[in-house]
Formats: sequence, structure tokens, C-alpha cells
Amino acid sequence: MTDSNTRLSTSPEPDRARRRLLGGLCALGAGTFLTGCDRLSESAPVRATLSNVEQLSYKAQRLIASRQALAKEFDESQIAPVFRPNGTTNPQEDYYRAWVENGFADWRLTIDGLVEEPMTLSLPALREMASRTQITRHDCVEGWSCIGQWTGVPLADLLDRVRPADTARFVVFHCADHTYGGSDLYYESLDMIEAYHPQTLLAYDLNGEPLPVANGAPIRLRAERQLGYKQAKYVMRVELVESFKQLHGGKGGYWEDRGYDWWAGI
Amino acid sequence: MSESVKATIDSDSTGNVPGAPATRVIKRHTLATRLWHWTNLVCLIVLLMSGLQIFNAHPALYWGEQSDFANPFIAIHARTAEDGERMGVVRIAGQAFDTTGVLGLSDDNGQLRERAFPRWATLPGDKWLTMGRNWHFLAAWIFVPLVVAYLLYTLLVPQRRRALFPTWVQLKNIPRTLLDHARLRFHHEADYNGIQKLTYLLVLFGLLPVMILSGLTMAPSVNAAWPWLTELFGGRQSARTFHFLCATALIGFFVVHIALVLVSGVFNNLRSMVSGRYRIQVEAHDGSEPKHD
Repeated sequence: MTDSNTRLSTSPEPDRARRRLLGGLCALGAGTFLTGCDRLSESAPVRATLSNVEQLSYKAQRLIASRQALAKEFDESQIAPVFRPNGTTNPQEDYYRAWVENGFADWRLTIDGLVEEPMTLSLPALREMASRTQITRHDCVEGWSCIGQWTGVPLADLLDRVRPADTARFVVFHCADHTYGGSDLYYESLDMIEAYHPQTLLAYDLNGEPLPVANGAPIRLRAERQLGYKQAKYVMRVELVESFKQLHGGKGGYWEDRGYDWWAGI
Repeated sequence: MSESVKATIDSDSTGNVPGAPATRVIKRHTLATRLWHWTNLVCLIVLLMSGLQIFNAHPALYWGEQSDFANPFIAIHARTAEDGERMGVVRIAGQAFDTTGVLGLSDDNGQLRERAFPRWATLPGDKWLTMGRNWHFLAAWIFVPLVVAYLLYTLLVPQRRRALFPTWVQLKNIPRTLLDHARLRFHHEADYNGIQKLTYLLVLFGLLPVMILSGLTMAPSVNAAWPWLTELFGGRQSARTFHFLCATALIGFFVVHIALVLVSGVFNNLRSMVSGRYRIQVEAHDGSEPKHD
């Protein structure tokens, strides 16, 4: 033992300079990394990678959730006293003001695009159709949640009536409002799986009362397995399309055109 | 004798002086563990900072399914004080704390602005929820599969189980180990001590799974697929609160971890996680033989 110790004690002291250099490199690396991430956020290839991540989340969630898997429904006692409105809460467009003034009597919903039988429906006509009522939790992308009771026409029933063409792949919802006074009208889109989901409604009642203006009167979309920005308010027209590339910013929705994921299931 | 000792002693072992305890260098961490460790560091920094960006979009936490906006459990905001000055405030369970300059109100490009976590703590620095979400999900897709694989590996391989699950002797020695830590007396042995093992187990099988599951359950489509998961956490807003509290606990672990790495021989510790080589005292205090070769 002594032998080997003696032999080893002749080895040099740890190389302090090398250690300092390594430490410095680590600190430099950390700093570069953080400013780097900020700068990377602006670069095109990084954005492409990030959108692949969105595809990954989409496919993984399609894998674990069956097409029919229902969002949890709640008890009447759990309904929030006030359903928090977000985004546009009082559209100022002239046509919209006029609808509000006469109780949406002149308002019509148009369903067209890649369908065999386009149609136009008044609010009473929608109310006469079979309805579904559900108490669900609205999850905003910002992080908060609110429980409300929605009554409306299952979108699947409307789609059955207009008979989508084989080429139709997405359902686009065109809205009446310019969110935050921007130049674009709000719009959203769903794929056919979400569109035909039993809890996907065009809702006209909130908590048993006609939908208030703040929450999207006269009708809004409810797609309960998606985040809040998918739940388009003030819907005027439902259009079936093969691709949404030609619409507005081409990303399939108002917030999507501003960088948000089209797949709003996460 | 000297032949056989030479064979086990690493050829460039250094610093052994006559009279001092004999040491030798072992291979402590496998390449897989080392790569995993540093990938985790990068992922966790990205996850934390992008998570704070996401939190800033609605800087309040609640218990239950939904948000009781008037009564958050924790909220970070800015308000105008009685003297007319703007101040940052953190409210926890009804108690308010002045956090001006860091939380609630902080410097943002030379101007005091209302934001829950300051610019330097979020990714990206600007208020940019969607980019924060993008970074968060990218890092999560790297981090989560690796954690799951590592946990399975740890449970399934007997050698890994021995490395992480404490022996009866180590558990009994915990008070002594604690005392030694308090005196900054560290024993460099091949095996982790009882405290280390319990801490790593708590992080690996406690904090990380809660972190991952509470994160998953915030996704509305996961919620539809696995409603029991949300119920397990007591509702979506509770899950969000647990997610935040676990992140805080992980920061706590990180701070203690770094502190101990620094005071218990920073070069030796770092080297063991870079090249895998770790210097131990040959005559281990509990008499146990090194198990990782």
C-alpha cells in the first residue's frame, strides 16, 4: 500500500487553471443558452420544429382519447355564478348592433362550402331542432377555468342536414367580431373528428338563459375537448373546407394566425 | 500485494500523500446517467422559465375544478399603494407581501411594469404566452419520455435498485449522516448515503411524477381521455396549483443539490457527472465495499 501511495504522491497537483477555464466556459454556456432561446424563438427552423411538436401532441392525444371520449360534465351546483367573458365582449360592428337591437330577428346562420345542401337558418329554427344541454368546464389558454351550462344544437345534426362532401376536411366558424379592433374577423376551425363529437354544439343558451352578448350571442361554438380560444363566439357562418390555407392568415383561426397552436387540446 | 492494488488503482489517481486516507478513482456514473443528467438540466431550465411565462398569463392559483377569481390561493399582481406609488404584491392565502421589483412589478426594458415573474425569469423574456407554451411542450416531449424510461430502468435493473434504495444500515445511519452534513464532513464513498437516496427517491418517484401528471391533466383532451387523473388531483385548478408547488419544490431540491455539490468537493462531484470518474476513500466508514465498477 505504502508503495503505491508513494508512487502516486508524485503526481501533479490538480490543474487549477484548467478548472477555472472549464468553470468560465460553463457560465458562458449558460448565458448564451438563455439569450439563445430568446433569439431562437424568432428563427424559422425553430418555429418549424415547434410546429412538429404540436403535431406530436395532436397525434398522441388522438391516440389516448377515443373519438367519442367525453369531456367531464358537472353538477348544477358547480356552475360558476358569473361565466367569465374573454376576448371580444361587446362587438361594435354596425350590423351586429342592429341585430342586438331587434333581438337577432334578422340574424341568420349560413352553412355552406363543401356541402351538398347549403342552408340558412334563423335563431327560432335552430331552437326548434333537437338540443343538448351540458355542464362543462371552460379552460382558457391563460390558465383559468370556469364551469357553465350550455344548451344548443349538436353540430353533428347540422352537418347531417347539409351533407358534407367527401372532400370536406375542416369546419370553419366565421364570426361577427373584429377582436381587439383588429382588421380580421374572428374565426376558428375544427377537424371532422371534433366537429362530429357529441359534445360539440352551436350553443344558444348559457345557464338556462339566452346567451348574453358578452358570451357570444346569439350562438357560440362549444368544443369541449379544446381550450377556450376554439370556442368561437358570435358565429355567423359555418363553412366546410378541404383546407384553411386560403383563409385569413392560413393557420385555421384568429389566434392561430397569431402563433397559437391549431391543436388546442393541450 | 502491491501488484493487485496497482491493478485496481486508477493509473492517474492523484493527491494521495503518506498518512492521509487512501483514495482511488472509480467509475461512478454510466454514460446513460450522465447524458440523462445534463439533458435534464437543460430541459428543466427551459420547462421552469417557459412555465413562469405561462403562469404570467394568469398569475393566480386556485383549489378545486375552477377559478374562484375573487379568492385565489396565491396571486401575484401590482397595485397602487396609499402613497400613490405602484407596488408588486404576492398574496398567499389572504396574506399580502410587498415584492416590488421582483414579483408583481418589475423592471422590463428600463420601465417598471406589471408582470408576475420578472423578465429575467421567463422564457421568452417578453410577454409571449404562445412561445412560452411552445418551449414548454418541446422540452416536455424530451423530458417526460426520458424520465419514464429512467424510472423503469431504475425499478427493473437490480444494480440500479441497489444504487437508489437505501439499505437498512444506511437508514439507521441517517441521524449520523445528518450530523456529519451539518459539520460539512462528507464521506466520499462509492454508494450514496441514506439521505441522498431518500432525496433522490422522493424527487424521482414523488415530485417528478406529480409534476408530469398534473401537467398532463391540464390539457382538455387528456382530461376527456383520463377523467380520473383530474379527479385524483381534486380538479383542474388544483392540478395547476400542484404543478406550481412541485416546481417550487424542485427549485428547492436544485438549490440544496447545488449547495452540496459545491461544499462536498465540487471538482470531484462535477467530474463524476462529466466523465463518470469519482474519487472515493478506500476505507469506507460503514465498511461497505464499492458497488459501482
